[in-house]
Amino acid sequence: MRWGVVTFPGSLDNNDTLYALEQVLGEVAVPLWHKDRALHGVDCVVLPGGFSYGDYLRAGALARFSPVMDSVVRFAADGGLVFGICNGFQVLCETGLLPGALIRNRGLSFVCRTVHCRVEETNTPFTRGCSPADVLALPIKHGEGCYVADAQTLQELEDNRQIVLRYVDSAGRTTEAANPNGSLRNIAGIVNARRNVFGLMPHPEHACEALCGGVDGASLFRSVRATLTEGLPTPAASVPPGL
Amino acid sequence: MRAKVYVTLKSGVLDPAGKAIEHALHTLGFEEAHDVRLGKYIELRVEGDPERASVRIDDMCRKLFANGVIEDYRFEVGE
Repeated sequence: MRWGVVTFPGSLDNNDTLYALEQVLGEVAVPLWHKDRALHGVDCVVLPGGFSYGDYLRAGALARFSPVMDSVVRFAADGGLVFGICNGFQVLCETGLLPGALIRNRGLSFVCRTVHCRVEETNTPFTRGCSPADVLALPIKHGEGCYVADAQTLQELEDNRQIVLRYVDSAGRTTEAANPNGSLRNIAGIVNARRNVFGLMPHPEHACEALCGGVDGASLFRSVRATLTEGLPTPAASVPPGL
Repeated sequence: MRAKVYVTLKSGVLDPAGKAIEHALHTLGFEEAHDVRLGKYIELRVEGDPERASVRIDDMCRKLFANGVIEDYRFEVGE
């Protein structure tokens, strides 16, 4: 398989993502430029972290008008896998590929630390290599990561099992203290209803080497590879309700 | 035509910056201040008559200036 990592003006983590994919995980990855209309035959598009277009107006609001995003929207509509990290998650929400929005952190401060995230769903292309209720240690670094959506959208996310990652404490419990930014229902990552578009605020690309503090992020990238080579997991592989 | 666009967070959406400002106002002795909401103000000049300008600006608000998931907008068109 072949990965594509988009660079917008103001992207920060595009090179780190390419490094993690190529040098650490041994994948084939190509850079995609924001002016590209072609996706050059990639199987999964990564929208990386950063401050695309300076986060002017709203985080992710201007990146959605990049030429490459027209192609990403068509790619997603055809079932292609899209993986949005941090600013990439914000871009996906602004583009309408994912529901809801990301607003200023509850505490108003930029938060930069390692958090724990519980894997809520393993029947997604992005988590099929994880075990239900796995707790991943992943770094976050954002000022606008508070996930919000209206009550009906939240209910749909729960009913369709689209909430993939939640902020938890190290024991795997969803507590207020474990929520770094005020996200509703401790949401750290979601997929769309079709489950081919994934957005998350934590940075798995910064958690692929022990030297950088942990390797828990690698399981998400490896899941994508497994999905593309072995197919999707069975829907039964989810956390039982009530866990 | 000149236009003024105001964008604010919807009433149900947490506005931590507005809350911080409200807290500061209370600290300064302005206890009568409540429900502070911090928003954005955008000025622009548009070509065309007022009626068409209003239609176009409404379109701009929906497509770019405001995110309908979290924000409300209003605007004024004048000379």
